[in-house]
Amino acid sequence: MLARAAATPPAVGSSLPRENHTVSIRGVNINIQGLGYRYSTRGKPTFSNLRLESQRGEALAIIGRSGCGKSTLLHIIAGLNRPTEGSIQFDGKTVDGPSSRWVMMFQAPHLFPWMKVSQNVGIGLRFAGWPEKEKAERVAEALRLVELSDYAETNVQDLSGGQQQRVALARSLVMEPELLLLDEPFSALDAFTRASLQRDVRSIAKRLGFNLIIVTHDIDEAVLMADRALIMAGAPGKIVHEFQVDLADPRQRQDPAVQSMRARLMDAFHAAAQISGSAAQEMEEEAISGIA
Amino acid sequence: MPVNAALTGSLTSRAAQAATRGVVNFSLGLAILAAIWWLGGYLIAANPKTQSFAGFGLLPTLQAFPELWSLGKLQKAIVASGYRLGGGLLIAAAIGVPIGIVMGRSKRFRELSNSSFQFLRMISPLSWMPIAVFVFPAWDQSIIFLIAVASVWPIMFQTAAGLAKVDPAWFKVARNLGAKPVQMLTQIIMPAISFDIFTGIRLALGIAWVVLVPAEMLGVTSGLGYAIKDARETLSYHHLTAMVLTIGIIGYLLDTCCVFLLRRFSWHRGDI
Ligand SMILES: Nc1ncnc2c1ncn2[C@@H]1O[C@H](COP(=O)(O)OP(=O)(O)OP(=O)(O)O)[C@@H](O)[C@H]1O
Ligand SMILES: [Mg+2]
Repeated sequence: MLARAAATPPAVGSSLPRENHTVSIRGVNINIQGLGYRYSTRGKPTFSNLRLESQRGEALAIIGRSGCGKSTLLHIIAGLNRPTEGSIQFDGKTVDGPSSRWVMMFQAPHLFPWMKVSQNVGIGLRFAGWPEKEKAERVAEALRLVELSDYAETNVQDLSGGQQQRVALARSLVMEPELLLLDEPFSALDAFTRASLQRDVRSIAKRLGFNLIIVTHDIDEAVLMADRALIMAGAPGKIVHEFQVDLADPRQRQDPAVQSMRARLMDAFHAAAQISGSAAQEMEEEAISGIA
Repeated sequence: MPVNAALTGSLTSRAAQAATRGVVNFSLGLAILAAIWWLGGYLIAANPKTQSFAGFGLLPTLQAFPELWSLGKLQKAIVASGYRLGGGLLIAAAIGVPIGIVMGRSKRFRELSNSSFQFLRMISPLSWMPIAVFVFPAWDQSIIFLIAVASVWPIMFQTAAGLAKVDPAWFKVARNLGAKPVQMLTQIIMPAISFDIFTGIRLALGIAWVVLVPAEMLGVTSGLGYAIKDARETLSYHHLTAMVLTIGIIGYLLDTCCVFLLRRFSWHRGDI
């Protein structure tokens, strides 16, 4: 059994954004070997023989061109889609379905329109049978983090796209899972909110020790949030390059070390371009627009 | 801010205007109906050939209400009919909602059941009467059965249609956050389709109410349908129209309750 974590109501209060938190042993060793996936039996494979390993507590960024299979990969890792070949193991145990211990935030918010903001954020804890009071405390903290405390009682249909995305982020974060999978989580946000959430999500993951896998189009985001970046190319999806992001925390965009790391990640795209031709070419263009 | 205050001020006064207009039109509509009725009653009473039917007029009908009330006939008929209607609808919902959910969730079941359900749906509920009388020992039970047979279809089909419209991503999100199957049902499926279920119940209520009265004219000795038949046989026409009016009023009130529930449970924007 993995360490019991998010699914079990805690004896002590919430640990979400509290500074004096003692580092818990959370996170998983992820081991994916020979992964193959097809959406339909006759169709082209989305992946074949994909390999991915990640250590306990690592923050991983996956960057790749639109349609190369990033979202599909996250769905499979989250246990929502079953691999057609190969397997996914967390700490040596095969993943055989979704769980509140590995939670994904989807590319679209998909909020429940009949629930208020706070109910949307608390739904996972409700599924796990948390007592009302502890649940409310954790939800309030998650909402504070995404700067939506004033909207707790609002109908989610009255929120802007970016606000909805932040509710979806809070809904995943509030679970304090062992592995958090984020699919382009900040794409609809303004630069300021995005920068502060990039910093906060990384620091929470590091403090609580959980794994992070973040899919992004934004090179900056990969440099600011990840310990390691994987470059993915499509048809069928594979990881064509990996890149160590050795930077001290906290990371600042203007920091020369960050700037040079970004330049090197860009070079890595050039290298990937040689491998996968026009696909990587477009990637690079996206990367440039990401910086602008 | 003055601009803001002026704006909200004009908004509230506009809402008040709309409400007043609604009430005025509602009353005016009723008044016109009453006037036509009164005129018809007056003509019937004035003509010596039809004088014996003067009880159908507006004024005799209104006079019949206190009469029926003091005799206890009105209350008894309403209770008896209400019991049958409620029982029938309850059974219809208890059968229709779960089957509707399975229909909405399983394509296989939908394809398998579609032909038989469409066929059964088209059978006039009253044509089940002889069989119902044969099967059930009491009249009450056969009427409840007829109501259930008549009203199960809209509930079932509305539930299934509601589920078909549900965004599949909601199930994915719920599964992802650790929802167990029961929680999926109670916290995602039911709230997502509560609007459609109540729409189905509203349609079912309309049909059930229409079926109830003729069903009560066959055999039983209580209820609104029986009261109408009884009034006709005893030639007390003002009682007859009073009962007809009662049926209309109760039906209208029940439908209003449904609309209220629909509003209460609707999360769609711009549904009503
Ligand atoms: N439900 C589905 N059924 C069939 N094919 C699908 C389905 N979802 C995705 N695909 C296909 O699988 C491939 C990978 O899709 P995926 O959504 O994983 O891409 P992505 O890398 O996340 O792209 P983006 O950056 O645009 O989000 C695409 O070619 C897409 O056409
Ligand atoms: Mg995607």
